[in-house]
Formats: sequence, structure tokens, C-alpha cells
Amino acid sequence: MNIAALTANLHVILPEMVLAAFALLVILADMLRQDEEESRLLPLLTLAGILAAMAATAWIWNRPVASYQEGAIADGFALGARTVILVAAGLATLLSMGYLPRINRQMGEYYALVLLATLGMTMMASATDLIVLFLALEIFSLALYILSGYYRKNPRSTEASMKYFLLGAFASSFFVYGAALLYGAAGTTQLREIGNLLASDHGNPNLLWPGIALLLVGFGFKVSLVPFHMWTPDVYQGAPTPVTAFMSAGTKTAAFAAFVRVLMEALPAQQIQWGWALAVLAVLTMTVGNLTALRQLSLKRMLAYSSVANAGYILVALVPGTAQGSKAALFYLLTYAFMNVGALAVVITLEKIDELDALQNRAAGLADRWPLLALAMSIFMLSLSGIPPLAGFFGKFFVFQAAVEGGWTWLAVVGVLNSAISAYYYLRVMVAMYFHEAEEPVQPRRWGGLSLSLALTALATVIIGLYPSLWTGFLSGLGG
Amino acid sequence: MTWSMLFFVLVGAVSLAAAAGVVLSRQPVHSALFLLTNFATLAVLYVTLEAQFLAAAQVIIYAGGIVILILFVIMLIGGETNDFVARQRSWTRGVALGLGILLLASLSYSVFQGFNQPPADVTAIQGGIPEAVGQALFTQYLLPFELASILLLVALLGALVLGRHGTVAHTGSQPASPPPSSDD
Repeated sequence: MNIAALTANLHVILPEMVLAAFALLVILADMLRQDEEESRLLPLLTLAGILAAMAATAWIWNRPVASYQEGAIADGFALGARTVILVAAGLATLLSMGYLPRINRQMGEYYALVLLATLGMTMMASATDLIVLFLALEIFSLALYILSGYYRKNPRSTEASMKYFLLGAFASSFFVYGAALLYGAAGTTQLREIGNLLASDHGNPNLLWPGIALLLVGFGFKVSLVPFHMWTPDVYQGAPTPVTAFMSAGTKTAAFAAFVRVLMEALPAQQIQWGWALAVLAVLTMTVGNLTALRQLSLKRMLAYSSVANAGYILVALVPGTAQGSKAALFYLLTYAFMNVGALAVVITLEKIDELDALQNRAAGLADRWPLLALAMSIFMLSLSGIPPLAGFFGKFFVFQAAVEGGWTWLAVVGVLNSAISAYYYLRVMVAMYFHEAEEPVQPRRWGGLSLSLALTALATVIIGLYPSLWTGFLSGLGG
Repeated sequence: MTWSMLFFVLVGAVSLAAAAGVVLSRQPVHSALFLLTNFATLAVLYVTLEAQFLAAAQVIIYAGGIVILILFVIMLIGGETNDFVARQRSWTRGVALGLGILLLASLSYSVFQGFNQPPADVTAIQGGIPEAVGQALFTQYLLPFELASILLLVALLGALVLGRHGTVAHTGSQPASPPPSSDD
């Protein structure tokens, strides 16, 4: 192998190279800065990096599908997932601007870790090799363990970090054990070759099935499926809220994108079996997530259980194992990124910084004093509960449509019923905002980045719902 | 039974016993030493598989680096018998034991069955000598190699964040300004 082979199709990983370069720039700028004032430039540098990576992604989109060293691919699906992750990272950076100085003054490391976590996520979304997949998973997991404990003086944040780290380490070992068994079964780590080998019955079934099962556990942990969701509420609640926003949208997108690729490229021949396993997990995840969310008084815990339930909806799209299903899942992740980051941005405006959380009664009477903020929160809540014509409705619509057309009508029915349950706790927040009196006067916190991200997410949630032409274009652009 | 088979069985038995010792012994120091034994026997097994580079890396990194780190940690937090296990619900231990045994049984069954059959076409790197490994690492596995460096960078930054006290202000030429305090 010569140098030409090493640099062929190097553009496939251009967004990751851009992110790595900007992460190093952030570290350098942090060391060179003279005073505290100049640290305000760091989030701007981070944003510039994320925008540059977006531009690189857009540039690759117009080129033919290519793969770098059989390890990473730039097809429509990978590029779509990368875009969603970059959007989530950009929004999280906007949210961090005014938040971070209150909790921890180590700005440089924070923004560098955000960029590197983004790199890990985008890499995982485009990985076509189990080794690359695992390394990318570890990169963003490790960065997120640290970021969720970034409020060092707060015991809850430290606890979240520790819990996430210990359980995450277990999940990673399940994942890597599963990957090793899959390698033992097929003799290669490249997903497409594994698929080819297994389709022509060259695999070793005794290693294959435990391998698939262990991989399922690893992925299940990362996207928080029931019964691997135990960490989710504690970590979402204890992590600094911008990190929660980044984690919920970014990790889900990266892990689901890789999950889809493993299932569709390496294991399409086993769809009958994993289809049922995923269907059972999806029913459990949706139901347990929604029923537990009903009882939550804290906004962040409510959104954490709602994110568990949403993982269940997305899983419904994966069950039939069709290309339509994976597109629906990706579209759902796009809408979820906007509405969930938006909802967490509202939590940031309301929360008490030392509790890292806002109870639902903090939202009481919000509509009287801050009508625009209440309106934005209403948009996110209505969208999350799937009410047309907002983005969340179309997300759910495509997911359930994919299930029905794949022959899993009962699963779609369970999903719709769950969606009806979830409306109760989403709408309860709106009732509090519009019909309850404020118990204590809440002065919402605000800074430019926060307002900007609120406006962006609310607008995107409405626009995706109102202009169907945008999403059909997005879906057809994903390719097969 | 050939000599090499006998050798494998003996070394494997020591390795397994050491692994059990890591989990079962109540003294952290004993666990660490059992871990060292386990790493060393694994290195021997790698040599018998003609993976010399891997064996050397195993000794240098795991036996040399990681066990030393673990011993440092034990030295710093004290090596008493660990009684700091959190109080558990009465049934968790039984359920965990049952599920664990089930997982162990099913995994060992499938792995033993799996390797009774002729293995799939696995092409090993010719002779695990450093040159061959290096060639593969910097050509075929360049992307994973670079990703591993990024992973180390993340770990480095993480250690920096955890190691510095959260209260230490930036040591710039200006005195640190107090954080904006519009908190309620």
C-alpha cells in the first residue's frame, strides 16, 4: 500500500479533520489568552469550527458516494446524521456561552471536549468498520463523562458523571465483546463484508447470536432503551443542562445511525430474529418511558424519561429493517434534536443553577410575564407530543408509516397509544404556564446565545412542520 | 496431547485462576497482584500464538503501566479490605448472581461450540513481529490509529479537568473577575 492509497478519498473524513483542528485551536487559544475577557472568544471559535464542519459536510454531499479505507463512508445517510449532530453541537455551544462561567471557569477544555465529542459522534455515524465504530463510540463517551461532571463543586453533577462513567464502561465492554464475537463469526470487521459472508452462510452461528445480543446491549445503553435506561434520568438531571441538550440529541443520533448501519449492512439476513427482539424492546421502552415520565415533577427528569420513550419510537422504525425505516429514524432524530434541545433551553432559562434543574412549578404563570418564552415552550411540548402541524408530528408519522408498510401494524398501534399517553405530561407543562399562578416570581435567565438558540429551535420546529417540501427533499437526498 | 497443547492448558489454567483471584480476593492489593499474574500469563499465550509484538505491548502497557497505576491508587486511598460497598436490596444479590451465571453459561457454551467448528477464513498478520504490525497500523489501520490518538487527547483533557481544582482561577495577568451573578 502506498501513499496514494492512504490519501484516496480523504475528503470523506474532512468534517472530522476540521473538528480536530478547531479543537486544537481552542486549546491553543485558551493557553494564549491574556485575561478572562478573552475567554469569550472560545465559544465563537467553537461555533466557527462547527460551521466549518457543516460546510465541509455540505461540500461532500455534492460529490459521489465514497469511502475512506473501508472505515468511514460518506453516503446520504451518514451525511444526514452528521448534519443533525453538528446542529445539536452548535446549539449546545450557544447554550453554554452564558452558562459555563457560572459553573466552571475551565473554558478551553470544555469547548475542546465539545468539539472532540462531536468528532466522535460524526465519526460513529459514518463508520463502516467495527473498530472505527468502537473507537468513535469511546471518543464521545469519554468526552461526555467528563462534560456531565463539569460542575465540579456540585455533588449532583459529580454523581452524574460517576454513574455515567461506570455504567458506560460496562456497556462499552459489552459492545466490544459483541464486536469481537461478530468478528469471530465472520472473520472480518467490515460491516458490508460481514453481511456478505453471513448471507452466504459462511458465518459461525454459535458466535453470531451472542455477538448480536451483546452488541444490542451496547447500543441499547447508548440510546437508553429499557431495560438499559437506568442511568438516563440521573445523568440528564445532574449534567449541566447544555451538556444534557448536546448529549440527548447528539448521542442518540450517532448511536442510532451506527445501529442502523450495523443492522442493515452487517446483519440484514438475520432481520427475522432481531426484528422481534427490537420490537419487544421498543414496546418496553415506549411504555416504561412514558409511564414513568407521567410521575415526574422535575422538568429535566421528565425530559429524560421522554427521551427514553422517544428512543422507543425511533426503534419502531428500525424493526422492519427497510431503507424507508432508516430514513424515518433519521428524520425523527432531526426533529427530536430541535424540539428537545429547545425544551432544555427553556429549562436553562428557568432553572436554579445550584439544583441544575427546574421543577415544574417554576413554569407556573410564565405566560403572563414572559409570553414569548411560554410560546416557545408550548411549541416544543406540542411538537414532542406529536400534534400537527409541528415537526414532531411528521417525525412520528414517518416512523409509524414505516412500521405499517413493513408489516408491523400492531407495533405502530402501540406507538400511537403511547403517544397519546405522553400528551398528558407534555400538556401539563403548558397548563402550568398558562393557567396556574406563579408561586414565586421567576426571573428567567437570558443571554444572546440562549435567545438565538431558542429562536432557531422554535422556528425549525414550526418550519419543518409547515413546509413539507423541505422534508421530502431531505429524505430523498439520503439515498438508499 | 502434544507438548504445546499441554503448555497451553497449564498457562491457561493459571490465567483463569488469577482472573478468579482478581474478583474474589477481598484485599485490593491481592487483586492487583492477581491481575499482574493474569496479564503475564496472557502475554505468554500471545507468544505461543506468534504475536510477539502484542506480547511485548501487553507486558509494557498492562503489566508495567496499568498495574503500577492501580497500585498507586491503592497506596493513595488506602489498601484496607473494602467494606464500602453500598447497602443493597436483599434480592439484588441473588438476582445478579442468577443472571450472571446464566450469561456466563450461555456465553461459554456458545464460545466452546463456536470454536469446535472450523474457523471462518481469518487471515492473521503474518508473524506478529513489530514490522508487520507497524506496516498494518500505518497503512490499513491508519484511520483507527488516528482515532485512538484523538481518544488519548480526550483522556488527557479529562485528566486535566479532573486534576485541576474547580476553584482555581485562570492565571492570567489580570485578576479573575467574579462570575456574573444574576442567579436567583
